[in-house]
Parts: sequence; C-alpha cells; structure tokens
Amino acid sequence: MKATPLSNCERRFLLRAIEERKRLDGRQCYDYRNVRISFGADYGCCIVELGKTRVLAQVSCELVPPKPNRPTEGILFFNLELSPMAAPGFEPGRQTDLLVRLNRLIERCLRNSKCIDTESLCVVAGEKVWQIRLDLHLLNHDGNIIDAASIAGIVALCHFRRPDVSVQGEEVTVYTPEERDPVPLSIHHMPICVSFAFFQQGTYLLVDPSEREERVMDGVLVIAMNKHREICTMQSSGGIMLVKDQVLRCSKITAVKVAEITELIQKALENDQKARKEGGKFGFAESIPNQKITAFKMESAAVDTNNVEEQAEEIITKADPPSEVSTTPILHTPGTAQIGEGIENSWGDLEESDREEAAEEEGESEATAFECQKMETEDTSTMLETKKDEPIVVSDSEEEEVVILEPQELPMKTRAQTNPKQENASKKAFNKRRKKKRAAY
Amino acid sequence: MAAGSGAPAESCVGQVVLPGDVLLLPAHPEDDGERLRLGAGAAPRGRLLCGPGLRRCPTGLLVTKCGLLRHRPAGGGAAGAAGGAYWVDSQQKRYVPVKGDHVIGIVTAKAGDVFKLDVGGSEQASLSYLAFEGATKRNRPNVQVGDLIYGQFLVANKDMEPEMVCIDSSGRSSGMGLIGQDGFLFKVSLGLIRKLLAPKCEIIQELSQLYPFELVLGMNGRIWVKAKTVQQTLIIVNILEACEYMTAEQRKQALAKLSGN
Repeated sequence: MKATPLSNCERRFLLRAIEERKRLDGRQCYDYRNVRISFGADYGCCIVELGKTRVLAQVSCELVPPKPNRPTEGILFFNLELSPMAAPGFEPGRQTDLLVRLNRLIERCLRNSKCIDTESLCVVAGEKVWQIRLDLHLLNHDGNIIDAASIAGIVALCHFRRPDVSVQGEEVTVYTPEERDPVPLSIHHMPICVSFAFFQQGTYLLVDPSEREERVMDGVLVIAMNKHREICTMQSSGGIMLVKDQVLRCSKITAVKVAEITELIQKALENDQKARKEGGKFGFAESIPNQKITAFKMESAAVDTNNVEEQAEEIITKADPPSEVSTTPILHTPGTAQIGEGIENSWGDLEESDREEAAEEEGESEATAFECQKMETEDTSTMLETKKDEPIVVSDSEEEEVVILEPQELPMKTRAQTNPKQENASKKAFNKRRKKKRAAY
Repeated sequence: MAAGSGAPAESCVGQVVLPGDVLLLPAHPEDDGERLRLGAGAAPRGRLLCGPGLRRCPTGLLVTKCGLLRHRPAGGGAAGAAGGAYWVDSQQKRYVPVKGDHVIGIVTAKAGDVFKLDVGGSEQASLSYLAFEGATKRNRPNVQVGDLIYGQFLVANKDMEPEMVCIDSSGRSSGMGLIGQDGFLFKVSLGLIRKLLAPKCEIIQELSQLYPFELVLGMNGRIWVKAKTVQQTLIIVNILEACEYMTAEQRKQALAKLSGN
C-alpha cells in the first residue's frame, strides 16, 4: 500500500507548533514517551512500547562451527524487520533505505560496542560455539523505531538464558532446561540509542520524535550510550549540519535519558525474575492488558433467544425422516463393500462418483456421530462392472478424500437441551468420496 | 444458508445484530399478488430506506455488518415502521468510498485536467478541475499538491476508480472546495465521525463554549480544525481524539478543567 501523504497544512502547523515549543501530545522538548516493557513466557522474548511504537524482540541460540578467522568466539546475528502491520507504507520483501539504516544502527550499537562477551560463548575452540540470534519485529510505527528497537534488543539479550554446557576432555554435554538451569548471557554493559530530531536547519531540537514529527524533520542524530557515559555509536542522517556545542548538548541529554531508561530496564528484569521465582504468573497474557473501547461500550448486549426454540421445533417438524440405513455391509467383490443404498445425486452430474470401498471407513465415520450417506450416479450397475474389471488404483493426488457437506434433513439426535447451534450441525450429513485415477478412460 | 424465519425489525432496534441475521419488515398494506408493484414501495409514505450494513433480501433485510441496529421513523413518526430508515451502527477505522459521502482528500498529483486525491481508500480518487464552483477552462482553481479538498463522491463502487466533485447537483459549492492554509488535519475512527455529525452533538457544543474554532469533518475519518492559536488548536485536537475512549462525565470533567485554567 502507499503511505498516506503529508498535507501542506499539517507540515506548516507542525513547524509552527515546534517554533512555539509545542508538541502534538503535550510533551516538552526533551521528554520521552512512556516506555513499557513486558516479557513473554519464554526466556529472551519481550515487547517494548515507546508510546504507541511497539517492537517485539526474540533471542534464540544454536550450536554451530565458528568462523574460521575467529575460532574462539561465538557468533551474533541481528535482524530487524518492518512488519506491514506497522504502517501502511511498509511492504514485505522490499528492502527500503530505512530498513537498511536501522539494521546497520542496531548492528553497530550491539555488536561493535562489544556489550556481549563472545568469548564466553565458545564451547569447543574451533569446533562448536554458540550462535546467538536476535530478531526484532516492528509491530506498530509511531516514530522513533531505533530507540524502541535498541531497548527491546538489549532487554531481550539480558533476559535470555542459554542451555548449560559442560566439557570434560573430549566429551561435550548440553543439558536441557530440566536437567540444569539455563545460564544467562555474559553482558558487560547496556547500550541504548537516543534519537534527536532537528528542525529549521538545526535551530530546534526534539528528543524522541513521533511519527508526524519525523515526517517534517530535517535530520536526525542518534547517539548510543551506556549508563557509564560511554558513547557506543553515533550517527547523523538527513544531511543536517551540526555545530559542536549542539552535539555536546545532545550527548549530555543522552546521558540523563540513558540513566533513566537503564533503571527502568533493571526494574523490569527484576520484577520478571521475581514473578518467575515465586511461581506467579508471567508472560504476555498477564502483562499486556485487554484494551476496550469505552465510548460505544454496552455492559451486556442481550441476544434474543426467545423464539429460537420455536424456530428449532418448526425446523424439526418440517424435516423428512431419513431413509432406512442398513448397517450390514453388502459385499460385491472381495475388497469392496457397500453400506446402505445411495440416493439420487442432487448436485447434478459431477465427476463420476465412486462408492465407498472399505467398511472400516464407514465404521469410523459413524463413530463421529454424523450419518454417512452414499451418492450414486444413474448407472450404478455399469459402475459395478467396471469396478470389478479394472485394477484399483489409489490416486496419488493430494486430495485423497473430499468431504462434501450437504444440507440434509435428519432428525435431531436426542439431547438434553435443545440448542440451535447443535441442531444446525446435526442437520448436515457429509459424504465421503474418493477420487481415483481415471484408468477406465 | 437460509436461516429460519427472522425476527421482526422493530423488536431488534437498539440491539446487537450479527451478519446473516434476517430482519422481517411489516407486511405491505396492499398485499395483492396480482397487482404490479410500482418500484420498491409505490407510495412514498411506505418507502423504507435500507442504510449501511443492511441489504434487501426476499423476506426482508439481511444484516451484513455487526453492530447495533438503529431506526429513524419517517416523517412525523406516525406510521410506525412502514416508512423511515434502518441502519447498523458499526465501528471501523478503514474507510471504503461510498457515493454521496463528503470526505477530506489530500491532493497527491496533478495529471493534466484531473487532480488525484488520497481519501484513505484503496484507490486514489480523481477530481476534475472543472468540478469547482465558478471554474472554467480559463479560470482554473489554485490547487497545489499537498492541499486539502473537501468534496463528495460522485462515483464510488468496487469496479471503478472513485470520482469526486466539489459542487452539488445545482452547481453551487455548498461548503465544499479547497480548505484553507492553516489549521491541522488528523485522523479518528469512522464511528466517532458519525457521532460528531449527529445533529446537536454534545461534544461540539461543549467545545464551542471553550474556544471559537472552525471544523471540517470528513466521513473518511479525517478532521480539520482551526482555532486562533496553536495551543488552542492542539487542545481541541487532543480532546477530539480522546473523545473516542472517554465517557460523557470524563469529557465534562476535562473540559471543566480546561475552561478553569
């Protein structure tokens, strides 16, 4: 789909508002939106919400041979995907500039900063190392993807537990989570990206731009820092020209923001750890609340079932009783059997309808509480003859059995309560047909 | 699958209906099978309007969207359900162009004699430059790419590209056309728009006591607001967006706080 274009009036209004130091959602220039971190039931799975921007992170691990030029180090693999559900302009399978830029930033932030100790991921030097894979999915785009993604990435890595491994001489044992508790990754520090959006050739600065603000900005400066005030990576895009003291000011702001966010992350990790240890409930089902629309909410909506019973009775009385179904199979030839007599095909002439062959099929289907009925075309006798002569070929088509549901009047099976849904279900009979290779042609 | 007999329509008004439900209409007074019917309901008094979410079927009305069933009695409301309109109040955010709807479109391209507008649907709508009031071949409207236009759909079906015009059938603009330069555009759900467009809407009345402002509501979920200052505009935008999820009391409280400030 095409992204919604930005109208001139929106652009003018946003720039005017920024000149008056006003933002759409009432934040101040240096304010972040609310960060919410929720963990999944598995280790290494988390969702981070920065305002309305949502990123899902998942970490997984695998034992692989190491890279030839680094035999004692583990392998890290990062991948960020922009899901089409995030914004109308995102299409699957198309590598946009934005995607390439975000992926590169995540790599530089997490890999080049050496926040994860790759030496500890080595199991047998030169033969087996752990490959840690981080997948980030953008679920909703409301601006500032990189910040949310970097927070989600580092939180997921801190939360992840890999299986415990012991090496005794030549033997390597990988323990399952049941045998030994899984081990967390060795993480030195937590780098977090902070974005600054510039407007009017660098005159105005906003931290954590929302989607509308990103559309009208001139350029963005991203600084990745950890809580020890070490800058891990810095990137300026959009072609803006920045003065030295602007960059210094941004780095000071980043230090403050990173300290706050790191504290939030630590608290979230601790809470989750506590919940798991105490046996409390954890996972997305607990942490992501059900959201309801209240403006049109009715406490309970009455569904009228008053005359449903009468309708049901009417339907039953109008239905014809079924024809006699004999349960003894009639053997035509060795290997073929038939139960019951078929009725006229009410669908008209379809491809030649075959008979059921195995009596076991009938037995099975009867056990499922539906009644089976056969379908026959007009000349049944000719069919029988040809069947006897030709070899029985089981078709290798994937549609081995075609189940056709047909409305049929059958009496309702006796049940304790009349229930309209069940009645409709029992009214249908289904026929089984088996397609065969047309060897007869 | 044909269900059994449906429920009479009057008894379902105000209740939740689901797609597939059949609503029976009261029997036509002249139930003479031999007489030819002159169109759907010969007498204008007995004419029933089948609104969004409903479709005609042999036995009555078939529901195609889930929501609450609403009814507006005809004329003075005397004839009961013989006239009037039925429709289903449903909630959605994605807009599907409907003929006759007034919408706000964003100009994306000028291709010769037509403008291409984005209206939030699957296709872009086309708008001829002659479809403005007082426009001639010499006197073209001053529309640039990125401008906002308020118009109505002339053609909107699933087989053709939607077409918009900014004049009504008599050639007058009646409020449609190019929307001014200032102000702000934002998007809400379709249900909120319909609520705001209802006659004597409380939200708009309460807001108008706060500050004077100009408001254009497009049926495609887009709202354009203009107030005297940026701050006032932002306040109105935030209140309208929040109205979706606020009850009436919460809204009154929020407005009371603002007017007290």
